[in-house]
Amino acid sequence: MLSESEPHYRQPLLKTPFHERARAHSQVDSFIAWAGYTTVDVFTFVEQEYFAIRNATTLYDLTPMVKYRIAGPDALRFLNRLMTRDIGKLRCGRVAYSVWCNDDGHLIDDGTVFRLGDSEYRLCTGERQLDWLLDSAIGFDVQIGEVTEETAALAVQGPTSCAVLRAFGLAGVERLKPFELGWFALPAALGADSQLMISRTGFTGDLGYELWMRPEDAEDVWDGLMQAGRECAIRPIGSRALNMARIEAGFILPNVDFVSSEHTLRVGTERSPIELGLEWLLDFNKGHFNGRRALLAEQQRGARRRLVGLDIEGNKPAHNALLYADKAGRKTIGSVSSATWSPTCKRNIALAMVDAPHTATGQTIWAEIYLNRELVWERRMARAQVVERPFFAHERRRASPPADF
Amino acid sequence: MPANAGGADHYDCIVIGGGHNGLVCAAYLARSGRSVLVLEAASQVGGAAITREFAPGFRVSACAHLLHLMPGSIVRDLGLEQRGLQFATDHMPTTAIAPQSAPLPIDPDNPSVLAQLSAADAAAFPAYRARLRRLAEALYPVLDSVPPRLGTDSWQDRLALLRIGWRIRRLGRPDMRELLRIGGMCVQDLLDEHFETPLLKGALAFDAVLGTCAGPRSPGSVFPLLYRMAAEAQGGTLTRGGTLAQPVGGLGALSDALARAALAHGAAIRTGSAVERILVRDDRAAGVVLQSGEQISADNVISNADPKTTFLQLLGGEHLDTGFVRRIAHLRARGVTAKLHLALSAAPQFTGLAESALSGRLLLAPSLDYVERAFNHAKYREFSAAPIVEVALPTVRDASLAPAGKHVLSAVVQYAPYELAAGWPQAQARFADLVIDALERCAPGLRASVLAVELLTPPDIERQFRISGGHWHHAELALDQFFFVRPVPGAAQYRTPVDGLYLCGAGSHPGGGVMGIAGRNAARTLLREAA
Repeated sequence: MLSESEPHYRQPLLKTPFHERARAHSQVDSFIAWAGYTTVDVFTFVEQEYFAIRNATTLYDLTPMVKYRIAGPDALRFLNRLMTRDIGKLRCGRVAYSVWCNDDGHLIDDGTVFRLGDSEYRLCTGERQLDWLLDSAIGFDVQIGEVTEETAALAVQGPTSCAVLRAFGLAGVERLKPFELGWFALPAALGADSQLMISRTGFTGDLGYELWMRPEDAEDVWDGLMQAGRECAIRPIGSRALNMARIEAGFILPNVDFVSSEHTLRVGTERSPIELGLEWLLDFNKGHFNGRRALLAEQQRGARRRLVGLDIEGNKPAHNALLYADKAGRKTIGSVSSATWSPTCKRNIALAMVDAPHTATGQTIWAEIYLNRELVWERRMARAQVVERPFFAHERRRASPPADF
Repeated sequence: MPANAGGADHYDCIVIGGGHNGLVCAAYLARSGRSVLVLEAASQVGGAAITREFAPGFRVSACAHLLHLMPGSIVRDLGLEQRGLQFATDHMPTTAIAPQSAPLPIDPDNPSVLAQLSAADAAAFPAYRARLRRLAEALYPVLDSVPPRLGTDSWQDRLALLRIGWRIRRLGRPDMRELLRIGGMCVQDLLDEHFETPLLKGALAFDAVLGTCAGPRSPGSVFPLLYRMAAEAQGGTLTRGGTLAQPVGGLGALSDALARAALAHGAAIRTGSAVERILVRDDRAAGVVLQSGEQISADNVISNADPKTTFLQLLGGEHLDTGFVRRIAHLRARGVTAKLHLALSAAPQFTGLAESALSGRLLLAPSLDYVERAFNHAKYREFSAAPIVEVALPTVRDASLAPAGKHVLSAVVQYAPYELAAGWPQAQARFADLVIDALERCAPGLRASVLAVELLTPPDIERQFRISGGHWHHAELALDQFFFVRPVPGAAQYRTPVDGLYLCGAGSHPGGGVMGIAGRNAARTLLREAA
């Protein structure tokens, strides 16, 4: 929060309501800027946090996710024109992942739409979009307001996350199905007479929940969860470990796997949902939406490139690797945008943008990997195979009710 | 007039709005065998080119009041002169007037009065006019053509660009340089280079700022002048090249002739039929719904309404992309031009004015500073304390417009911004008074002869003529809203993002003035696409 005694130019990054707790847990003082807030990159070390995501329960401060309240008689019409999916199919109490495009069918951003009521929605997204949203509202009876600062958000993810939430006192949370949301009274022990909203959503490809609450309840919820999850080895995690999990889950990240078409300066660096493998989010039968005409034309023409999953030989992550059609490296056909060694899959995986026609599953291409061996650089041509995404998708992410483990 | 109000429930083409461009478009489409229905909201066709009574027995061209920009080819194609279009005068001289100074005829071919004020100006005037005329004529293909799209692989687009380039290249090096030099310049700098007589410079600047939210010192103010001259140059057979004309019965007579042409070619016209919205089916225009609730289907819908009305009200953002809507919302389309109508008991006596000049147009814009000061107010949403005025006395040559012996004064007045800080309802009468006072100083006794006054401010024009912002060019005419970017990229070739929906009004290239080119180009575009 800004105040007169602490003007914004002296404190350009905001602190989330979880900040004091995060600082107390931080062992390596590794903070990064995220959407105007300071948040933790690493608490202890990445591997430890990563294994907590896959084997225990983790807390991740989501507050910087930009949140908009969209309400009014035309809220649905507005969202259906904005989004590529048919939001009309989204029932009250459900969440949908969707993307939105500019006139040319180029991706502006992705995010989740929460239907909170008959004509009230929340849009949760990585970057600020108010300008685009307001211009999209011309001619619609809809109110749009940013509620990022009014809402603290905490992701509780991992195989034991449901058990931890129940131990915390949120009875009934196990009834939430994937992409469902519900309101729960804060446990009486906290002494606060307020509610929090829980959605069964996440960024890990595993069982997990996102908790949305008043900022004044944030520290109590954090403390209560840490207490309740002690036996399940709960631990807070930073963005670095989450990034490994999301690559395994095959999710894309703005400014990593694509740049918003509202921010690109160079022609040809914009990306369409078709190129990003998000065709399943396009509903051409629901009526007009932003970019529909351009996307229809692209679909008929065929995408020039596609985001694919790669399984690369060896164990060295192919960060930023250029990709070639042949081992000799005569023809560049793309590049890697996200790469990691996947400890759970035991595979060297990557997300890469590859030119047509080298995008078919099973196709072999080559990745040029640079290795730093104590400042002696080596270049290696590694065989890479185009594979299906996600790399990691555990059955328990869909199980209802989830088991305790 | 033979009536044909249609009655079918499906047409090849529905034209929304029976303004002159809508009627021209309908006539060309019907001539090519299309079934066409024109829907006009008002009780008579003509849009902003109508003649109506403003005081008992007194009639006037209610918005546009002079004809000088319509190409002779449209007049001939549609046989307007055989369909009742006659001219009360087709050679209206222009005279600069000012309080306490003798009127100055603005005529490069007859600079004798000017020579008494400045021999240098009298000598420079013909050369100035000839050069501007040459530059303007080179721009005519720009004016007449469907704007090419930029950055396409189409040969048609490339050829159109080449044609323009070639016309400009053919000017030769000195004129080409001059065109590039003055194209974006302000008209004050240009006039100061050539002349010294304030009255002459003020009057010449008037035509550069007429109908635009700009003063003589505004960058780019030479452009509207060149544009006007280019259009005038093609007045051709209609008005003996570059002079102003007054149809018998006012501009409504032109609209009536256009309506007759459309009807003769088989189009149907329905007045009193306001369109509520444009129907879209499967991402294609499919007809219209009238305010009465009646639904009429069509393969194509052509809108003569201004771009904001067409896209934001009749169509709705739901059928358009946000970026496009944003551009339409940002379109500069707020009028600064008012219209004053006076019913007079006698012909006004302008001090020192020759009898013959009374049938022409009189410009009250005594100096560049005067015009710029008048504009200053508009920047701050005030009306001009000393406005600039274009006066015509249509009854001098056309007695049918007023009771015997009485007269009508029709004046275009600037600057009267659409959004007046003080609010127009409070200011309207004061502004009318102020304009009459300004004219009284040039024509003593005028006020005493006034029988009735009507002032149309931009909000009035918006209401009466259904033009969003009350801008009679539908959108400001300036370099940033011209040719391939008029009204906005994505709708600059008369077609719109929605298949089957076209624009044919002044908001499209080449813009306002009673020209008809937008209507003809829209019809050509539609016919070419269907072919």
